[in-house]
Amino acid sequence: MIIKQNAMAGTLESSDIQISLAQNDHEENQIILESPVKHLFGEEIEKVIRSILAKHSITGVRVKAIDKGALNCTIVARMQAVIYRATEEDIKWELE
Amino acid sequence: MYRRTYEEEFTIIPEGNRKSPVIRAVKPSDEKLTATIREAIEKSGLKDGMTISFHHHFRSGDFILNDVMAVIADMGFKGLKLASSSLSAIHFPLIDLIKKGVVTEIHTSGLRGALATEISGGLMDRPVVIRSHGGRARAVEAGDIAIDVAFLGVPCTDSYGNANGQSGKAICGSLGYAKVDAEYANHVVLITDQLVSYPNMPASINQKFVDQVVVVDRIGDPSKIASGATRFTKNPKELMIAKNACDIITKSPYFKDGFSFQTGSGGSSLAVTRFLKEAMIKADIKASFALGGITNPMVALHEEGLIEQLFDVQSFDLDAAVSIKDNVKHHEIDASLYANPHNKGCMTNKLNVVILSALEIDTDFNVNVITGSDGKFMGASGGHCDTAACADLTIIVAPLIRGRIPSVVNKVDTIITPGSSVDVLVTERGIAINPLREDLMALYKETSLNIVPIETLEEIASGIVGPKKDIQHTDKVVGIVEYRDGSIIDVIKEVK
Amino acid sequence: MERLRRTMMYVPGNNPAMLADATIYGADSIMFDLEDSVALSEKDAARWLVYEMVKNGDFDNTEVVVRINGLDTPSGHKDIEAMVRAGVDVIRLPKTDSAEDIHAVERLIEAAETSIGREIGSTKMMAAIEGPMGIINAFAIASASQRLIGIAIGAEDYVTSMKTKRSPGGVELMTARSQLVIAARAAGIAALDTVYSDVENDEGFLEEVQLIKQLGFDGKSVINPRQIGVVHEAFHPSDVEISEAKQIMLAIEEANEKGSGVISLNGKMIDKPIVERAERVLELAGFGGGQHV
Repeated sequence: MIIKQNAMAGTLESSDIQISLAQNDHEENQIILESPVKHLFGEEIEKVIRSILAKHSITGVRVKAIDKGALNCTIVARMQAVIYRATEEDIKWELE
Repeated sequence: MYRRTYEEEFTIIPEGNRKSPVIRAVKPSDEKLTATIREAIEKSGLKDGMTISFHHHFRSGDFILNDVMAVIADMGFKGLKLASSSLSAIHFPLIDLIKKGVVTEIHTSGLRGALATEISGGLMDRPVVIRSHGGRARAVEAGDIAIDVAFLGVPCTDSYGNANGQSGKAICGSLGYAKVDAEYANHVVLITDQLVSYPNMPASINQKFVDQVVVVDRIGDPSKIASGATRFTKNPKELMIAKNACDIITKSPYFKDGFSFQTGSGGSSLAVTRFLKEAMIKADIKASFALGGITNPMVALHEEGLIEQLFDVQSFDLDAAVSIKDNVKHHEIDASLYANPHNKGCMTNKLNVVILSALEIDTDFNVNVITGSDGKFMGASGGHCDTAACADLTIIVAPLIRGRIPSVVNKVDTIITPGSSVDVLVTERGIAINPLREDLMALYKETSLNIVPIETLEEIASGIVGPKKDIQHTDKVVGIVEYRDGSIIDVIKEVK
Repeated sequence: MERLRRTMMYVPGNNPAMLADATIYGADSIMFDLEDSVALSEKDAARWLVYEMVKNGDFDNTEVVVRINGLDTPSGHKDIEAMVRAGVDVIRLPKTDSAEDIHAVERLIEAAETSIGREIGSTKMMAAIEGPMGIINAFAIASASQRLIGIAIGAEDYVTSMKTKRSPGGVELMTARSQLVIAARAAGIAALDTVYSDVENDEGFLEEVQLIKQLGFDGKSVINPRQIGVVHEAFHPSDVEISEAKQIMLAIEEANEKGSGVISLNGKMIDKPIVERAERVLELAGFGGGQHV
């Protein structure tokens, strides 16, 4: 799935995560993560982001995530928001 | 020097005598005023390998340590042991001095900032020795730390060395930590930016201990030494934790007329005072004394007649610094009287209630206040293990999760205070009572407080934050944690 | 026995920190807001945030309410679909003026419940009345649907349409409040009062709480955790009320055991309203199961 446009969701407030999505020029999804808890949750955050991309069958994007200690459900929510902003499609409830 | 490992709180029986400084006579004609720091160092007899000390009453507004160390480095000294009562982020220039071999050993209560990060990363060959406030006083009196030269910044002094922290351009209130060094160091240099006429009273540091007095432009930044008044937090989570902690106190058998207490200065700890005040007024209960780091809320309660006396080892804000001068029952005490376990009765022995914070606490109630979630130095031992060991009721207040970091874990990274000293943990999602306190467990079970096992709090926390990685350490020991009695309770390893 | 709704804590829907901590303060209900506290450009993001939080969260006995955007906005339909799927307890409709507003939302809720296989009728509703038309139609609104568990008054918009301002004592809200309570009682549902925004004014807040309690309201919206304790305490029955209620329930028990039909206590007949009131008192005093005391 190709995204229509670059998009962003989330804020830099405490407990939030700001996610920017842009199309890349190669197949593999690239994640750039900044987080004050990278040493503890870096792997977990990346895992969550990749799983949401996979759920929507998205490839070839660059995800820039600036985390401020967001919990998993916040990361999922921001990913969902940024993906639908980027694809501009109707919500696919069958994926949830 | 005790190099036993920690067993239990009050098991070590000290032996021997207190160590004393060298006897030196000062004749009537002798002059103590020295023009510069450099000259003072020359006169002090400082040599490579000696132990020097500083206090941390100036907190992040301190200029003394950096200024003196810069001159010491310039004069070519090497291999010095630095025994400061604590270190803060402002002391980052030490990184360079360590790299140059000027300082090769550090004894302190805590580390912060870039210095902390570098040391955690293996900057020093010899591990830092971490001691509590009471533990440091014990070590100085027992000679474990033999201070050759003490460089003590003081807000005001006369030319003969009668100094206090109550007047001057940058007041700090109590000089409790400095007093110990003044009494036990072989050579004492006072550094001030306010020279006053002789004799300067009260003399927190007494002329009979002082070798030299140096006058400089600025001892520190007044706004960072003692700023304004410490305000209560408005954060609803911290307030809720504080309210619950207050309920723990008021429902305990220790809440009665004449009780004594101490609180930390962090958000929730301090806010407990606010709720305690209401409860004290309602129950017509007055406290006989409050102890420790003294802040404006304590001073207010004292001035309102709710706390009879204040015993101050460190004045945290301007109101406390002013009060120690103005209020006759606001007393300055030294670190040994405050919390040294090896004297004939320190003040913490008389504490009924203490409210402390924690970076982490584990399911055995062990507390870590010195290394962060990344395993690096970021705090201080302080008076934590001293007060916790002695108080009848030791309450830890902490949010269950900070950012995404859980405060309740299976095993803490570093033990500062052993679980046997801790009675209650209050978080916003529940209160845990140490099973060792069967009396408290039975008592609080009858109340409407949300009491849960500490394991439940750990599960709730890890359930919320999700799976986390462990800290990666190497085998290199970068810190030795000495318990207040001199035994080793934990080590801190280098972070990869 | 209808659940307690003394406090409904208002939580802005696009704020992860506040959403995560919502349950710790002991409010009877939590209202996640997708409407006025969320910027237009963020409606979608807030919707996903509340969806994930509600779907995955553990709320114990706290009632989960979501204030959706009105159907006259692009967001309303999507909000309903998402929140029914998330499994909220109650959907709160803003600015309700007529029974038809309720019906329109109800149709969408039912469609969503059907498509996901959620029990029809399991998603409850609440209506906020924020203007004069809504007050005039209060009873029609309150009785418009079986799903409706309560009606609330939204004072800010209301006083603006009335061309006046809020004042201490709230005389400008007197009629609206009374009409609302009357309508709620006639329809057999809950009546909830509006928010008090001056968080620092403890005295003013307590006065308003006491006023609306006396008017017969079941509870109040709160915007700051420190307001919760004040409301719960104000609604807490006195010792006298509690002991009287216990006596009444005891008399009922005894009478039931004896099998006698007419029950009297201290020379007064105990009929159904008295029993219900006694049950209510005991519930408010915390003797009901699982409520926040």
